[in-house]
Amino acid sequence: MTESIFKHSSKTAFTLIAFAFVFTALLAYVFNITKAPIEKSEAEARKALFRQIVPESMHNNDLLKDSISIAPNELLGNKEPIVANRARIDNAPAAVILEAVAPDGYKGNIKLLIAIKFDGSIAGVRVLAHTETPGLGDYIEIAKSNWIKLFDGESLQKTDDRGWAVKKDGGQFDYMAGATITPRAIVKAVHKTLQYYAANKEALFK
Amino acid sequence: MNQYKEIAVNGLWKQNTGVVQLLGLCPTLAVSTSIVNGASLGLATAVVMAFANGAVSPVRKLVPAEIRVAVFILVIASLVTVIDLTIHGFAEPLHKALGIFIPLIVVNCIVLARVESFAAKNTPVPSMFDGFMMGLGLTSVLAILGGIRELVGKGTLLSGIDLALGPQAKGLVMHVIPDYHGFLLAILPPGAFIGLGCLIAARNWAEQRKTNVTPSASGSLKPAH
Repeated sequence: MTESIFKHSSKTAFTLIAFAFVFTALLAYVFNITKAPIEKSEAEARKALFRQIVPESMHNNDLLKDSISIAPNELLGNKEPIVANRARIDNAPAAVILEAVAPDGYKGNIKLLIAIKFDGSIAGVRVLAHTETPGLGDYIEIAKSNWIKLFDGESLQKTDDRGWAVKKDGGQFDYMAGATITPRAIVKAVHKTLQYYAANKEALFK
Repeated sequence: MNQYKEIAVNGLWKQNTGVVQLLGLCPTLAVSTSIVNGASLGLATAVVMAFANGAVSPVRKLVPAEIRVAVFILVIASLVTVIDLTIHGFAEPLHKALGIFIPLIVVNCIVLARVESFAAKNTPVPSMFDGFMMGLGLTSVLAILGGIRELVGKGTLLSGIDLALGPQAKGLVMHVIPDYHGFLLAILPPGAFIGLGCLIAARNWAEQRKTNVTPSASGSLKPAH
């Protein structure tokens, strides 16, 4: 009895192992042949995103390669280290692309990509990921409206601290009726990112 | 040949996963916000189902009954990962749009259901065909539901086709209703439930009419889509 149980279970187990082996091998093979295309298409997607906010005329270096890691920082709102990409013209600093998190969106975090020119003005802002209400709060996406372009050219010098708020709160940024929390969170995050830039400008381009 | 015809009719109409068996509703409801999203996920599921059935059928006699579910899940999970990696590598924007729902094909019960109820009892070629036809049935429901929601919600058809076919396909997007302000309900989850309900009702109505007019016509059923 005991022996037959042993025999039966080892046979069953070996069948399972055989299947696991064959399909793990298949996965390893596919992983290997798709690795390069995946890396390439991810880099392409990232480059295309960068091109939207830092046009090619603004730099002549490889943005993806020229990067530094930034430790979690309260002003950027990141909990994990993030990568900042730097744009240069003939090695002179031109702009930096930072990722920032607005933690107080209507439904959680809004991830932003913010490009700041060397002089401290904004080259462009894009929303990387958000979970705002479709149709109400999603006008922050470039695909839905041009709202996010309001930030182009803004800076701490151009707009004082009181101005960095939506119009409802006495600031200068327009918003769409029905969703105030979303733009409020983004304005705040962009403002804080500019403050971060002002305080760390030298270190960012090192 | 007759067997294949029956399999096709079953998958596309009689046993349609989306509106008759009502299996795998999670992706049906969540991804059917546009034709492109719905059809892409449907096709990915169809490919997984065809290969899962095709992989299980030849070895069905080698797998002891006790571990068959474990083996089936192993096969399905591997195939889904293969599809996931392939889409990620060659259609990055589509991968972004479908997101978590590609890996979730693993737990779509319709895949396991066909492996268990068809592939485990039939030869490889009919099994593959069955998996693919069941998947196509789901694809048609996802595409129609996606089309309805997209049209009512955004006034467009085929929006986002460039995600699947590249930027040169952008011209295919149809703005059926110009200057449409959008009807949010259709895009949000309730729209999916209402739309699916309407599709089920329409199918039942069509079926009922057929049986009322010609009670013996079931052999000549033609897929409606």
